[in-house]
Amino acid sequence: MKKLIISIVLVNLLAACASEPKKEEAAPAPAPAPKVEAPKPAPAPAPKAEVDPLNDPASILANRSTYYPFDVSVVQDEDKPMVQAHAKYLSEHANRKVRLEGNCDERGSNEYNLGLGQRRADGVNKMLEVGGAKADQLESVSYGEEKPRCTDHNEACWKQNRRTDLNYAR
Amino acid sequence: MVLRVLRGMVGLLLLAQASMAGAVLSIEIIGAGENQIPIAIVPFGGDEKLAQSINEVVTGDLQRSGLFRLVDPAGKSPHEPAEVNYADWQVRGAEALAIGTVAAQPNGRIEARFRLLDVVKQTELAGQAVSANENQIRAIGHRIADLIYEKLTGDKGVLSTRIVYVNRQGKKFSLVVADSDGHNEQTVLAQNEPIMSPAWSPDGSHLAYVSFETGHAVVYVQSLYTNQRVVLADFRGSNSAPAWSPDGRQLAVVLTRDGSSQIYLARPDGSGLRRITFSGAIDTEPNFSPDGQYLLFTSDRGGSAQIYRMPVEGGPAERMTFGEGNNFSPRHSPDGKNFVFAHLGNGRFYVAVQDFQAGQMSLLTEGGWEKKPSFAPNGKLILFASEARGRGILATVSSDGRVKQHMFTQSGDAREPVWGPYP
Repeated sequence: MKKLIISIVLVNLLAACASEPKKEEAAPAPAPAPKVEAPKPAPAPAPKAEVDPLNDPASILANRSTYYPFDVSVVQDEDKPMVQAHAKYLSEHANRKVRLEGNCDERGSNEYNLGLGQRRADGVNKMLEVGGAKADQLESVSYGEEKPRCTDHNEACWKQNRRTDLNYAR
Repeated sequence: MVLRVLRGMVGLLLLAQASMAGAVLSIEIIGAGENQIPIAIVPFGGDEKLAQSINEVVTGDLQRSGLFRLVDPAGKSPHEPAEVNYADWQVRGAEALAIGTVAAQPNGRIEARFRLLDVVKQTELAGQAVSANENQIRAIGHRIADLIYEKLTGDKGVLSTRIVYVNRQGKKFSLVVADSDGHNEQTVLAQNEPIMSPAWSPDGSHLAYVSFETGHAVVYVQSLYTNQRVVLADFRGSNSAPAWSPDGRQLAVVLTRDGSSQIYLARPDGSGLRRITFSGAIDTEPNFSPDGQYLLFTSDRGGSAQIYRMPVEGGPAERMTFGEGNNFSPRHSPDGKNFVFAHLGNGRFYVAVQDFQAGQMSLLTEGGWEKKPSFAPNGKLILFASEARGRGILATVSSDGRVKQHMFTQSGDAREPVWGPYP
């Protein structure tokens, strides 16, 4: 069990590292993440019982953030397949819980951004529920602009901060 | 208070540092009032024996107000009216003169006796004895500065008031109460999760604020005397933006428990909760009018963030701001005639003010990252969060936009400042 936890943590870290720069580059031409589709090989001959697709860095589930234009809170088309994959996963793993953490860039008051971040998180929450996740698996919160991933005053930074993170409970 | 308990051991060290460096933080003043009153302040007899110079506090306070021009008393040091040669001061261009003495009393308290003299009319304008414990010498200075300010400007002084702000240093957040000049800082709460939106109770005895210590935004009300606190609101999602009614009997608070951010009213213990906005949009940052009848708030119900006003008891909201850009964080002036807010235009945040009657917005600052303005209780100064040299700082601007000052805290980013009420 301990090993499993450690490997989940590791995968989370890898996933976070892998997905960030990808998003940055994708900004000008919305390139709908082709990498995500690629690794769909038949389940490798691994020990059957332990395979959790959440731990597969090549899985679409390794992607855990949705991104938004300024002052927008609806899930963007390019992020929908990812959110829907998480919905399916949650519907098949009733014991898993996920926290949806809405964040904003700094262009607003702290309080307005708290509301906007909550709306972003709630939007993902709703999409997960529609996709089959149960309400008791989900919690949506907002950090507004209080926990920026990047702190420069420019769009390169801001677009990383306008996001909802899907944070699975361990 | 908490801080004293917490800092107990380092207390002496801090005190020593403060008096040696002469400043817990540095202050820069930009601009000057239209009609500055020339005043000479003679260091009080005995001032040099104090651990903290009263003269330094008084001159600093008056200078920061932007309404005074300090005339150098060099070479002259009268302490009693009989020692004053008015001609000396007329020649130097002073219109007012402050003199006095200060000494420790047998009971250990420090007492300053001061007089304010009219140099032109050669009369005494005010005379008073002000005393405090020896660890509150700055308070004596603020009181004297307030008396001078009141006598010469006709407005009530705010130099003895306090401010609250959040200091962020890396991942550490602290809620800090300080004198209006930024000195005498006391940490009310320190933790590794964000703190937002402190709000003073009308009598200055309590702070409401938002803390993320449990993983999401929860509103607390904390006594500054006993340090005890209660949860005002902890529902699913975000609980935030507390604002006290002028009588202190209820707070407006923003909850997402029923969907998007909406405004509710509750008693200070969290009871009697009821919803008063029903927009489905983001309604936030409520602020009571001084008569307690209306709320100003921020809403994106019209498509983007603007300022609205509604009756506290519910009813239709009226849009207050129009035009290009977005507007946030409204707060009434103490006389209720206008309101300050943060204006976002062309990618910059400005401190703006608008008259309820004229309905015209005017910008008080040059623009940058200027957020969260609040009036001093006399309505003459506005405190806000700004940025300089890559750090979050506190700043003030006079309500006519003429005098600005930057206050640099020792380290970290100062955010979310709010000016407190009269003591």
